[in-house]
Amino acid sequence: MSQTITEKILARHSGHDRVRANDLVNAQIDLIMCHDVTTPPAISMLKSIGVHRVFDPTRIVVTPDHFVPNKDIQSALLAKILRAWVEEQGIEHYYEIGRHGICHALLPEMGHILPGTTVIGADSHSTTYGAFGCFSTGIGSTDLAAALATGELWFKVPASMKIIADGLIPHGVFAKDIILEVIRQIGVDGARYMAMEWCGSTIDSLSMESRMTLTNMAVEAGAKSGIIAADETTRRYLAEKPHSKNRAFDAVQSDADAHYDQVVHIQVDQLEPMVALPHLPSNGVGISRVVKDSVVLDQAYIGSCTNARIEDLRVAAQVLKGRHVARSCRTMVVPATTSIYNQALREGLFEIFTDAGCAISTPTCGACLGGYMGVLAEGERCISTTNRNFVGRMGHPKSEVFLASPATVAASAIEGKIADPRKYLETP
Amino acid sequence: MIGRAHVYSRPHINTDEIIPARYLNVHAEAELAKHAMEDIDSEFVSKVQPGDFVVVGEDFGCGSSREHAVWALRGARVAGVLAGSFARIFYRNAINNGFLAIECLGLSEATSSGDQLEVDLASGVIINHTTGATHRFSPIPDFAREMMQAGGLLKSVEKKLKATGSPGS
Repeated sequence: MSQTITEKILARHSGHDRVRANDLVNAQIDLIMCHDVTTPPAISMLKSIGVHRVFDPTRIVVTPDHFVPNKDIQSALLAKILRAWVEEQGIEHYYEIGRHGICHALLPEMGHILPGTTVIGADSHSTTYGAFGCFSTGIGSTDLAAALATGELWFKVPASMKIIADGLIPHGVFAKDIILEVIRQIGVDGARYMAMEWCGSTIDSLSMESRMTLTNMAVEAGAKSGIIAADETTRRYLAEKPHSKNRAFDAVQSDADAHYDQVVHIQVDQLEPMVALPHLPSNGVGISRVVKDSVVLDQAYIGSCTNARIEDLRVAAQVLKGRHVARSCRTMVVPATTSIYNQALREGLFEIFTDAGCAISTPTCGACLGGYMGVLAEGERCISTTNRNFVGRMGHPKSEVFLASPATVAASAIEGKIADPRKYLETP
Repeated sequence: MIGRAHVYSRPHINTDEIIPARYLNVHAEAELAKHAMEDIDSEFVSKVQPGDFVVVGEDFGCGSSREHAVWALRGARVAGVLAGSFARIFYRNAINNGFLAIECLGLSEATSSGDQLEVDLASGVIINHTTGATHRFSPIPDFAREMMQAGGLLKSVEKKLKATGSPGS
């Protein structure tokens, strides 16, 4: 009987020939991602139940990213606990400040994520890794502790939603606009508990970076995972990355007649740039309607696991080149990882950003979750390339966050109000 | 179990509202409890009493994977969350912690803050002693019930490792 890619991966990792949606399985975990906020509680839990060794230190990747460089004394302690634990356990894949990055950008670019595998991360945006054709989901600290101890975890096999995206992407429209449109259509719980599986001619044409923007925000539709089967683009990407270049992998595909609980078609050539209005990612509106309202901004933010990879920074630089951000709209650029930072520097993007009046920082999740490095005051408005615009997400509960692509954020920074990026981008 | 209701019927109450990220630099439950539900109701902590229930609408706990959301509520001595539905990571975290999370569609609309609720797990009903109404809730899945009864995922891992004499322990 036919299966989806998600069912096949979970079946193979739980000793079954096949599984179906809603089956409960205990799956072997190939890779575990740990960061500075959710891992220290798991470390305490492991100690409390007398587990002194993790199941396999080579299958664990650790990077501090949320509150580093340390935002305060308490977060310094979290980072210190994490570092000491890494040393104690002999975990080789640890990315200290200076080599670190936002986990969901860092693990793929280092080649830790392989098709056909199972990945968990103690962070909701761990759905990102599914862009590589693996099953990947976000979990809490207790799950993390259990998986670190045993190398396996319980799952209810998710039903799948197929999203077929077809058509050429119009000028000024990016992966972010596609995912905001899909979430607008299905709602923030439209894919609750499901695997969002992407396919179609548009997906085939997307870079790995853009695919990651789609799977990153699967959780914003309530999904358990996002997934895109590996193809030539995936192979080429992995062939260049340090930890994947010499590794074989199993590029699992869905069967043609696999069952989907829901199928969503999206015709991409009809899209325009999207902005999700406060306070839900599903509040997407086309840019031509938003600009009519003249939404004045206090801050523009280009960063996060959603949109701070090199192609995002290139687009933002294309918009900002030779221009200046509005005096009333402070603008931050936070490359997602150290290597993206270095590449942007080499490509001359930093000069464009600083000439335009942007502040640039070392990688951190910081402002995206209202931690630090760009927190909003009461009544302030920010347009952001991040993934959530919930109440209080980037600071004061009475601040407002608008979600958009790097191009739209950069264009809006120039005008100090939400702006259409298309007039600032060269036509191809 | 009997406790008072604290009702927030809006759907999609997210983990940033349950425990804002600005407090994630600690994970002690007593510390987190001081800020439980702060961004949806800054007075929640002063009103809540041990054994009370949080009664909410659909998709409660959407957003981040922070288990701190469950710990903050448990730290505030909340007996459980009665929701129209739950976002998956919050629900998973609740089960793993043995924290009561019950799905009861329409309960938040039919309940007022301060109502005296009784949750009868054996018969699967919630009785509102203030209004006299009875609400049947969705049965807790067997595996979740077993996990809750075992005291959570960590306890069951501990038991399993002891049984197999794992090299890790």
